[in-house]
Amino acid sequence: MRVLVCVKRVPFTGGKMVLAPDSMALETRHLGFTISPHEECGVEEAVRMIEAKSGESVVLTLGPAEAAEQLRDAMALGVDRAIHLETDGSEWDPEATAAAIIDAIRADEAASGPFDLILFGNESADSGGFQVGLRVAGALGRPCVTGLKKVTIEGASVRCEQESEGGRDVYAVPMPAVLTVKEGLNLPRYPSVPGRMRAARKPVATMTPTQAQARLELASLVVPAGQGRRAEVLGSGPSAAPAVVEMLRKIGVV
Amino acid sequence: MAPVVALIEHADGKAFDTSLQTLAVARSFAAGQAVHALVLSSPIRLDLELGRNAVFALANDLGHYGVNVAHIAEHEALDSFAPDAWAAILGQLADQLDATAVFAAGTERGNEVMARVGARANLPLATNCIAVSAGDPITLTRQRWGGSLLEEARLNSTRPLVTVAPHAVPIETTEAETKVETFTPQLKEQELVVRVIEHVAAAGGGVSLAEARVVVSGGRGVGSKEGFAIIEELAGLLGGAVGCSRVVTSAGWRPHTDQVGQTGTKIAPELYIACGISGATQHMAGCKGAKRILAINSDAEAPIMLNSDYAVVGDLKEIVPAISKEIRANRGHAG
Repeated sequence: MRVLVCVKRVPFTGGKMVLAPDSMALETRHLGFTISPHEECGVEEAVRMIEAKSGESVVLTLGPAEAAEQLRDAMALGVDRAIHLETDGSEWDPEATAAAIIDAIRADEAASGPFDLILFGNESADSGGFQVGLRVAGALGRPCVTGLKKVTIEGASVRCEQESEGGRDVYAVPMPAVLTVKEGLNLPRYPSVPGRMRAARKPVATMTPTQAQARLELASLVVPAGQGRRAEVLGSGPSAAPAVVEMLRKIGVV
Repeated sequence: MAPVVALIEHADGKAFDTSLQTLAVARSFAAGQAVHALVLSSPIRLDLELGRNAVFALANDLGHYGVNVAHIAEHEALDSFAPDAWAAILGQLADQLDATAVFAAGTERGNEVMARVGARANLPLATNCIAVSAGDPITLTRQRWGGSLLEEARLNSTRPLVTVAPHAVPIETTEAETKVETFTPQLKEQELVVRVIEHVAAAGGGVSLAEARVVVSGGRGVGSKEGFAIIEELAGLLGGAVGCSRVVTSAGWRPHTDQVGQTGTKIAPELYIACGISGATQHMAGCKGAKRILAINSDAEAPIMLNSDYAVVGDLKEIVPAISKEIRANRGHAG
C-alpha cells in the first residue's frame, strides 16, 4: 500500500509568546522547531502501516527551506521519501496550502500510483485552521474522517475511531481515503542513530509552488492580555501544607 | 436584506452553550439583518412525541438569542452524525437564503462541518474567531495556538464562513419573534459515506478529566511513572481526576487521555493543582478554563507562577504527601 503523511514545521513555544518586531510572526530566534504534535502521530502511524502491509510511505511538507529538518525527522522514524513544497517562510492561508498540496499529490499519483491513505493532523498547532485535510479530500473526491485516535485497516476499508462525548464514535470508509489524526493515536518512537543515518540518504523532491492569492489574510498577531494572576505564595516546602488545606477549605473543595 | 445563518448544535433538547455564544457573534455581524438558525433533526427521534416537542421547543426558544427564523431540517439519515450531509444541508440553506455569512461554533463538529462547507463551495473559512466585523474586506480576530495568541485577519469573501471559539465570548439574550419552519433536505448517497456507525462508551470508573471539579496534575517534576502515586493519592482525597502535561505522555508515564493541554483535554475545574509543571503555553491552553490554579513547583520563577492564584515553592515529592497527610489529619479531627 502507499501512504502519504502531511506535516507542518512549528516552533516549540515554551512559556511565553514573544512576537517578531513586525508582529507578523513569533520571534523564533531562540526557539527550536518540531513537527506539529498531531502530525507526529500521523508519521508514526504511516510507518507502522507500511511495516505491517509493506509498500511505500511518503512525507510532504509546505514550508521554508528549514522545514527539510522535519522531513529528515520523519524519514528517521522510517518514512521512505519526502516531498518539500518550499516557500519563503511567509504565512500561507489554508486554501493556498491545500491547493499546492493537491497539485503535488496529483503529480505524485500520476507517476507512482494512488495513495491508499493520506494522513493530516486534525489541526496545526500554530494557526489551527482545521481544514487543509478536508479541502484536499474534497478536491480529490475521497472520503475524509477527522480527529482520529485509532485507525484500523480492514481489507479495502478503514475503521476510524474519534473521541466524542462519553466515548468514541466509529466510522468505516472505503480506501482511498483521507484521515486527519490527533495526538494520542499512538506513542511515536524516538529516532534511532541508524534511522538518522538512513534518513540522510533518502530522497527529497523539492519544488516551489506558486502561492494562490490569500483570501484569509493575516494582518497582525497580538499576545492576549496576560491573566496577570500573580500567585499568592502559601509557603515553601512541606510546612506549607496547613496553609494549603486552609485555602482548600476556604474555596470549598475539602 | 439577505440574512446570516448559524448552525445550532444540540443534545437532549438543549442547544449547546457554544452555539448560543455563536449567535451573539452572528447577531453583531448581522447588524440588523435577519438571523436564521439551522437545527438538524431525525424523524427517528421525532417519532417519539417528546423528542419532536423538544426540538420544536428548542427552536422556538432561539428567539431569546436573537434568531428570527429557525429552520428544522428533518431527515432519517440524520439519526447518526454524517458530516458531509450536515455540510450539504447547511450549504443548501445558505444558498436558498442567499446568506451573507454562515456561522457555527468552533467545536470539533462545528469546525469540521464548516471546513466541508468551504471545500464544497470553494469558500474561505476562518475558524475560532472571537470577533467579526462586516466590511470589504471583513475584519476579524481569531485564536491561534489554542488561544495563547490572537490573530487579526482580513477575510475576502462574498459569503464568509466563520466558526466562533468556544467559551471565549458571552451568550447574549434578547427578545425576537422566532418563526419555526421545517424542511426535508435532499441528500446524495455519497454524502452519507462518512457516517458514525457505532458509538463505543468509554470504560467507566474514575472521575472524567473534562468534568472534574478538582484536577491534580503532574509534570516533568514528578520524575517517573511510579512518582504519580502521590498525585493519585491527593486526587483521590479531593474526589478529583489525575491529569498530566505533554512531557509525561510523551515519556509514556501516563496515557494520553490524562493529558491536559492544547493537544490533550481542555479542563474547567474549580481548582487545578499543577505539580512540577512549568506552564508552557501548550499546557496553559488546556487549563485556562480552571477557576483557580495552585502551582507546586521548585522554581519560583517558572511561567506557571504568572498564571496561578496560589503557589507553594519546593519539592513536590515532599509537599504533595504533606498536603494529603494534612487533609487526613483534619478529617480525623472532624470525625
